[in-house]
Amino acid sequence: MLDMKVMPAEDDKAAAELAPKVVARGVNVHYGEKHALKDVNVDIPRRSVMAFIGPSGCGKTTFLRCINRMNDTIPGCKVTGRITIDGEDISDPALDVVQLRARVGMVFQKPNPFPKSIYENVAYGPRIHGIATGKAELDAIVIGSLKRAGLLEEVKDRLGDPGTSLSGGQQQRLCIARAIAVGPEVILMDEPCSALDPIATARIEELIDELRANFTIIIVTHSMQQAARVSQRTAFFHLGSLVEEGETSQIFTNPIDRRTQDYITGRFG
Amino acid sequence: MANKTHIVSSYEAELSELDNKIAHMGGMTEQLLASGFDALIKRDPALAERVIANDKMVDAYNHEIEEKAILTIAKRQPMAVDLRQIMAALRVSNDLERIGDLAKNIAKRALAVASEQHPRSLMAGLGHMVELALHQLKDVLDAYAQRDAEKALAVWRADAQIDAMYNSVFRELLTYMMEDPRNIGLCTHLLFGAKNIERIGDHTTNIAETVHYLATGTPLTDDRPKSDTTSSIVIEPKAD
Repeated sequence: MLDMKVMPAEDDKAAAELAPKVVARGVNVHYGEKHALKDVNVDIPRRSVMAFIGPSGCGKTTFLRCINRMNDTIPGCKVTGRITIDGEDISDPALDVVQLRARVGMVFQKPNPFPKSIYENVAYGPRIHGIATGKAELDAIVIGSLKRAGLLEEVKDRLGDPGTSLSGGQQQRLCIARAIAVGPEVILMDEPCSALDPIATARIEELIDELRANFTIIIVTHSMQQAARVSQRTAFFHLGSLVEEGETSQIFTNPIDRRTQDYITGRFG
Repeated sequence: MANKTHIVSSYEAELSELDNKIAHMGGMTEQLLASGFDALIKRDPALAERVIANDKMVDAYNHEIEEKAILTIAKRQPMAVDLRQIMAALRVSNDLERIGDLAKNIAKRALAVASEQHPRSLMAGLGHMVELALHQLKDVLDAYAQRDAEKALAVWRADAQIDAMYNSVFRELLTYMMEDPRNIGLCTHLLFGAKNIERIGDHTTNIAETVHYLATGTPLTDDRPKSDTTSSIVIEPKAD
């Protein structure tokens, strides 16, 4: 009977490829009295990079954190509306949040390797999610993830060294390796280069460019140039609202909304 | 378009300096064209020499604008309307530099024909062309300063009139040459002069296209009606 598995028709496959990976509809976030995110609607295409830009406190990180339900951990935070990943509602209280976070990885502003060896940093996730069945498989995942994160060549002879012994840029790539080791579909990056020098930043940007062949990446950045360089689409947030979303090339050469223009050109009061 | 100013005031100053330089360069170019033609009709070699010398100043402005634009790009990584402004300044400055060259070329012809005697009526058609070209140039520079896409579009459309005049001047000069071979030397110079003015019209429409892009962020995509038909005019020799 195994042979009888129904294969989706080619058309369905093509349609699924074109459908957005993440869809948000009417998403509102309140922190107590504060209305931090106001009625956000956006479609995030699969296997591409979307950049969220906007001044500090505009809601971009709040929205990013909704996508893997990181806001659940904040007392007094109320999220309403609907966010789906491949059509599946992630706000369902019955949903296993740990599983969700395996599907939606996150990389933070400051590299935050565990106080463990380089190897253990990457092996930790696959191990707790039961992804690897034996030592050999786990080794393969660790090596593969470090390779995809562009870090393997630099660390292959010292996998037992502490993760914290690496440079800032290497630590950040280690965090990316850690995120991709559990085979996520979406990677959220919250200002991943803000603590890095230009060379380390260039390496991360090169990596983002490679990773988008397989992952849906959402990056929050304060660098307009970075958003323009790495993303295919850009969303501008201001005062908790999504003001404008469109092709990156259009947003940075000819934005439609006046507020977007004022912000990206450095005219914001 | 953007009436809010930049948070960094030196950035604001750099952008307005670029605009001021374009305005100044535009004014110089208008003067070159007017004087170049004056030198031709008045057969005034001294004025012609001044035009030729002043064209160097227009060239210097072009270099200066280029350097400032490149430096601003390197320093500020401009976005959106600022990026469009800098690209527009580079392009407009190039077109103005070419217009200056063409005006200089008209002045050079004044030197060549200075000793020839001929009726002023020969110059009438050319005079109309210069008048219209100057008008167009002034309008497009205003459109640039005011970021006025509508005005730019009007200039863009009106170039057909210069082309039409060029066609008629071309025919008129041919007629003079056929009537009296002694006119050939002068008329050939005038023909080149007319061609230069027609080319100035084309550079003016380039500027109009740039202004439209600067103001709206979208390029002018319509095909402009091309009405210079002189390349296909055939002369029928008079039967004796």
